[in-house]
Order: sequence, then structure tokens, then C-alpha cells
Amino acid sequence: MARNPDADNAPVKKEIESPTSKYDAEKASSFKVVGSRPARPDGMDKVTGRARFGADMVMPGQLVGLILRSPHPHAVIKSIDSSEAEALSGVKAVVTRDDFAPNDDHADVLYNIMAREKALYEGHAVAAVAATSRPVARKALKLIKIDYDILPHVTDVDEAMSPNAPVLHDDIITKGVNPAPTKPSNVVARSEFGHGDIDAGFAQADEIIERSFKTAATHQGYIEPHACVANVGADGMSELWCCTQGHFHVRQVCASLLGIDVSRLRVTASEIGGGFGGKTTVFIEPVALALSRKAGRPVKIAMTRDEVFKASGPTASSSMNVKIGVTKDGRITAGYGEFRYQGGAFAGAPADFGAMSAFACYALDNVKTEAYDVVTNRPKGAAYRAPGAPMSVYAVESVVDELAARIGMDPIDLRLKNAAKEGARSSYGPKFGSCGLVETLEAAKAHPHYSASLGPNQGRGIASGFWFNFGGETCSNLNINADGTVTIAVGTPDIGGSRASMCIMAAEELGIPYDKVRAIVADTSALGYNDTTEGSRVTFSSGMAVIKASQQAVTEMCKRAAMMWDIPAEAVTWEDGCAKPSGPNAGDFEPLSLAEIAATAGKTGGPIAGHHEYNADGAGVSFGTHIVDTEVDPETGKVDIIRYTVIQDAGKAIHPDYVEGQFQGGAAQGIGWALNEEYIYGDDGKLQNAGFLDYRMPVASDLPMIDTVIVEVPNPGHPYGVRGVGETGIVPPLAAIANGVSAAAGVRMTELPMSPPRVLKAIDDAKVAAE
Amino acid sequence: MVQVTLSGTIQQAAGGISSLEIEAKNIRQLLNGVEKQCPDLKPELEKGIAVAINGTIYRDDWFQPIPEDSEVFLIPRLAGG
Repeated sequence: MARNPDADNAPVKKEIESPTSKYDAEKASSFKVVGSRPARPDGMDKVTGRARFGADMVMPGQLVGLILRSPHPHAVIKSIDSSEAEALSGVKAVVTRDDFAPNDDHADVLYNIMAREKALYEGHAVAAVAATSRPVARKALKLIKIDYDILPHVTDVDEAMSPNAPVLHDDIITKGVNPAPTKPSNVVARSEFGHGDIDAGFAQADEIIERSFKTAATHQGYIEPHACVANVGADGMSELWCCTQGHFHVRQVCASLLGIDVSRLRVTASEIGGGFGGKTTVFIEPVALALSRKAGRPVKIAMTRDEVFKASGPTASSSMNVKIGVTKDGRITAGYGEFRYQGGAFAGAPADFGAMSAFACYALDNVKTEAYDVVTNRPKGAAYRAPGAPMSVYAVESVVDELAARIGMDPIDLRLKNAAKEGARSSYGPKFGSCGLVETLEAAKAHPHYSASLGPNQGRGIASGFWFNFGGETCSNLNINADGTVTIAVGTPDIGGSRASMCIMAAEELGIPYDKVRAIVADTSALGYNDTTEGSRVTFSSGMAVIKASQQAVTEMCKRAAMMWDIPAEAVTWEDGCAKPSGPNAGDFEPLSLAEIAATAGKTGGPIAGHHEYNADGAGVSFGTHIVDTEVDPETGKVDIIRYTVIQDAGKAIHPDYVEGQFQGGAAQGIGWALNEEYIYGDDGKLQNAGFLDYRMPVASDLPMIDTVIVEVPNPGHPYGVRGVGETGIVPPLAAIANGVSAAAGVRMTELPMSPPRVLKAIDDAKVAAE
Repeated sequence: MVQVTLSGTIQQAAGGISSLEIEAKNIRQLLNGVEKQCPDLKPELEKGIAVAINGTIYRDDWFQPIPEDSEVFLIPRLAGG
């Protein structure tokens, strides 16, 4: 919450309306459009190839931009000589660290998009060229001479924390340690959460299980590589077309890095081929702008898949210890976890979010979590759906599962007995408001999947998960067109079907059919600032802005009708898409439809529009519970997912198809994370599997139909009860699958991914131990 | 008077102080009061934090009123994917 420290003790503006909207139960009981499943508005464009993604933009005179990347995981850049490249025919610009001024506001981002004193990971950008063709650009890259002084490297989180590890940054002194260290290290910060007395809690326990876990770094795996086209005019007016989850954020950061006014940079978000958090920051965009400024021509940069793996933002890998105590009757007396996350070469691994969410599913009297944010010689991590939570929840839910077996209690019953609910203190501090964990657990227990029989070598896993959700800065426009159709402009890129949800909410408020409403994602010059599409916030916050804008337009349309009827505006109501006279003295007039009012708008006061801008709060947490059946081949260690059911609280599903899609997508990504996906580094500190052939993501043939159950416990902070649903779905799968595989294999799986060699080794080790 | 609980990196940055009492009627006054009592927290406050009032988390809302006897937490600023 950045703020102005000079503005101390400002008066309380009691007249300011709380940004938290109230749930309208009466309206929610009579929805006509909300909850329906119309065809997605972007579907035709995508299946016909008409949709324009990041790499699809072509500008006249456009150059090809390519980036030279460090082959070393850790090296001092002693010098860069680009003179031969610059002299090559067809090369129009070369940029290096010297083309970007130091920037205190975005120092790490700047260092990441173009290495400065050191290259900090294999793939770190060290120079870039813009040329008239790709062959020329590639030739130019080879002519750039970099003099490196190679340094020792470290890529493992536990090794990076050891006293003898190579240190990446001389200015990282661990925060959160008392007394403060005197020497730099790779540990950026330690943080702690919790309440109660865990020692006393463990003393009350009849059973205690303590285990260590590890998870590998994974990539979001979006199909569309990062791509952009930048055009900086001679007058400094600039355009940027890019695939991003947050074009307003891109504008802010790029303008700052290039030292230009925000108003001189217009950013348009292309259609996006997946993001999942990985497109919430910038990688190539400032470089393309710098090249364009130098060349005086548009420049396109499109990453290869190799670059996406090596130089975009995967999620953290982790190393964790969890200890939980429970009584024989299933009361969890204490929980403790230590979570060590590496997030690449710069500060910001989501260890604190992991620690905050680890025990969030439980109402505990005694809980403590510690988090360590660690840097290593890997690419700078970016957000990945519920950043930090899937790993820590995997560790906690694994131990909870084991404890349930130890005391002979059904794992759902154990969770229900300790479940977080309204009024309970969360493990990260505040008490929970309305939430639906209990409802998801009860739905799981009642689901036929939970009682279905299992075959040989099969095991069933269950796990719950949580994500916070938030709102954020949001601004939307709604225009009533002369023909009675409606156009909505939002500033949040649509990565999960939000345009359809916006249209549904506008149609609901206006009382018109869904197909009369169209939503677009406006560029940065058309709307006020919008926070990025992240944090499961768009249907909640952009949706609420659209609802408010619709209501504003309705008020205006009632006013226009009142003018035509020559009655007071207060005597007009809006019902079923029409203005109607209301009250004993209103008169007897035929209703005027939205289309009729729109047709005469030019004569009754001009265009009719609605607008709303605000900072949304009251997002409402979301919980989910997953059930999964796995089958383990004892000969090979291969795991098949036999059946999968996702049960999650959506508050209110505006477009159930998309909600189910989010649930299924989270499960599919979680299956990949749990079973096969991992960044594999060699002893040389180089990534060994930077391609989809070797980085094994699940494909359709790997997956069963993923069943879904939408639980609806209304969020009191939204007029329709909406909760964000995009992130919670990735939280339970790692644990649920690990619990299922552990049951099938007969051995507790404590490291992800559970690839065939790892499962086979665990089975073999268990046999040896048993003998 | 608002009793505010510090957690996570915020508590560590405040030298381990777990709670403060601040005279504040809204979030802006609260944050200014926190900074006065714990100057070491200034970098954290400038970087951005979240404030939970009676269980509702606010990221950026200076003028959100803090009712009497509210339960208030300072927690890390939430992000997402």
C-alpha cells in the first residue's frame, strides 16, 4: 500500500462509500442471464485463426529483434563489443546495458531484462539487435563479443542457503533475522506467521508426524511464447502491441525504464495464448522499445520456446519441513512448517504466500510457519497461479493425510473436524469471513467418486486448498449504441473468458439478451489505470465495475424516458430492459425499451453511457477440495490418473462453463506439476530440458475427464456473490495426487515430480527397508 | 486507539514487534502512525502492504474507516497469478 507519508492525519472522509459492495440476495434469487452458458465471444476468432496474438501484429517497415543471451549461469560481464554487429549491413540497432539508465523503481526488472554487471543465469539477456531480416539479426548476434569472467554457480535452494554457496548479490543482507547478518548471502528474507504456542500444542498430541518435502520448479506452460511489436516515433510517441496479462502495468514499467512519459506510450494487449501469472511482468517489451527508439522503425521480438523456458518466469522450487500433531479423536493440536523457496536470480520467491496459505484450511490454536526467500542462478521467477501455495499445501496436506491413516480416521472427516470456517482465525492472522471449505468437504464426501471402489495398484487421494483473492484498481466503460446494442470496454485482458462474464453481468443489469452485448479489452489510452489480470480478480472487480456502469446507464435511460413522458425521473423504473412509469401519479405510458431510448438518444441529450472506476476490495477467499484416483505401475513407476473430481467454492458462477474450465485447467496443470514437469539443471548450471519434448506437460491423452462440482457460498463483498476462481484450482492437486500415489504405491512420496524413476525408486527403497 | 498486529516480513522488519497501538480512524492514519512508531518499517510501507480489518483485506484504500475495537493486521501485500 504505497502512500504519501506527508499526508499525516488526514481527516476521515466518512462520506466516502466503502468500496466493498454488498451481496444482493434478492437480486441473486432471480437471475435471468447470470448462470447461463452462452457461447464464448472469442471462440470463433480462435478456432478460425482470426484472433490476433502477440506475434500476429505486423507494422510497415518492421524489423526483426533478437536477443543475445548468456551461455553461463553466473559470470561477470567484463566488456561488450558490438561494433562488428553494428557495422553489418541490415543491422539497424544494437542495445546493451548501456542503453538503459539505472532505475531505482524497477531495479530488478531492469537487471533481468538486460544484464548489467553480471549474467545471473543461463539465458540472461546481454544484448539485442534489430535487423531487416532474421538471418541478418542472427548473424549480428554472433558478431557481438562478450568478455565473461565465469563464476561458480548454484541452482538448488538448500545449497544456495549454505554458508559456502556462491553469492549472487553483494547487497543482499537477509531481512527478518535478528541480529541482522553482517555478510551478504543468497537468503533475501525470513518471515514468520502464526499464533498460539506450538510446543504446548505438540505436547497435547497423541500422534506427531514430521516430514521433509521437495518440489521442482515448473513453468506455466502457456502455448503462446512472449511476443511484442514496438514502435517509437521520431516525436517520441510510442506504441506497443504485446501479449500480456496487464498492459497498464507494462506501460508503467516500460515508460519508467525508457524514461518517457506514460502518456506517450500506448499499449495494446493482444489476444493471449495463456498466461497463468507468467505474463504479469515484462521481459522483451522494454528491449523492443529501446531497439525501436534507436532504429527509428518498428521492432518485433518473439521468443522461441527455448527462450521461454530459459528466460521467462517459472515458479519457485521448494524444500520444506512440516510437523503436525493430532489427538486420537482427530483434533489437530499444532502445526509447524518451514518453507524454503528459490525464485531465481532476484528477490521475490513467493515463500511468504506459501507460509501464509500452508495451514489456511485449518482452524488451529497453535500454528507457526517460517518462510525463506532465496536467490539462485536461475531465471527470475514470475507468478504462477496461487503463487507459492501449491507447494506448501502439498507438504501440509500430505502430512494430514498420513495422520488420518495413523489414527484410523477418514481423511475428509479429519479435515472437517479441523476446517477453517467463518469466524475462525486464519493461520496467517485475520479471521475468516464467509467461506465455503466445509461445503466443499461435505460435497466431496457425498460425491459418488469418493465411495467408488478401487482396483489393484490404485489409490485415492484427497486434499483441500485455499487462495486469498483480491480486487484492485479497475475502470470500465459501457456504451449504449444507437441500435440498442451495448459495448463494454474493460482494461483487464481476457485470459479465462472474462469478456463473456462481463457481457452476462451487463445483460443481467440492463435486462437485455446476452448477444446484444459485446465486450472489448481497451488499450491504455482509452481507460484509466487497471491492475493486471491476476489474483483471480477480473470477474470480481471488472465485473463489479461493469455492474455499476450498467446501473449508471440505467439511471440515465430512466431520465431520458422521464423527459419524453414529461414526468419526474423518480417516477420511472427499469424492468426487463425497459423504462416503465411507476407510482400512482406517474401516468399511463407504454414502456420504452433500451433500443427505443437509444434510438432517440441524440435528441434527448446525446449518447448514453455508463462508467465506473474504483479500487475493489472484499474479494472473498476461495477454498477447494479435490479427489483423485491414481494407478501406479509397480514395474515401471508410471502413474496414470484414473479419475479426478474438483469441488470448489465459486461464490456465484457467472458463466458456469468458464468456472468449470478454470477448475479443470487447474487440475490439469497440477497433474503435470505433480507427475512430470520439472526444470532439470546439469552440474554446469544449464537447463537440460528447455523444450516440450523433454519438459513433459500432460496432453489430452494423459488425462481423464475432470469432473467438477461448483459450490456457491456467496461472497458478501460482491452484489452477485462472486469469488475469484482462477487460482484455488491449482492448490490441491499436488497434494491430492501425492496422497493417491502414496496410497497406490504403499510408500509416502515426498518429492515432486513423481516421475516414473522417482516412484520406482521409492517403491524399491521401501521394499529394501521392509526387508 | 487501534491495536494492530504485525505479521510476516513486516513483523521481522519491525525488529520482532508483534503489535502496536495506534490512534487512527482510517488506514492512512494507521499507516502514518505505524511509520512514526517504527521508522524501520518505512521501506516495507513504501513497497506496499495490505491491511486486514475485521477479516477483510484491503490493498490500497487509505480512507477505509477503522471501526472501534476492530481487529487489524498488517500483512504482506497480496499478489496473484
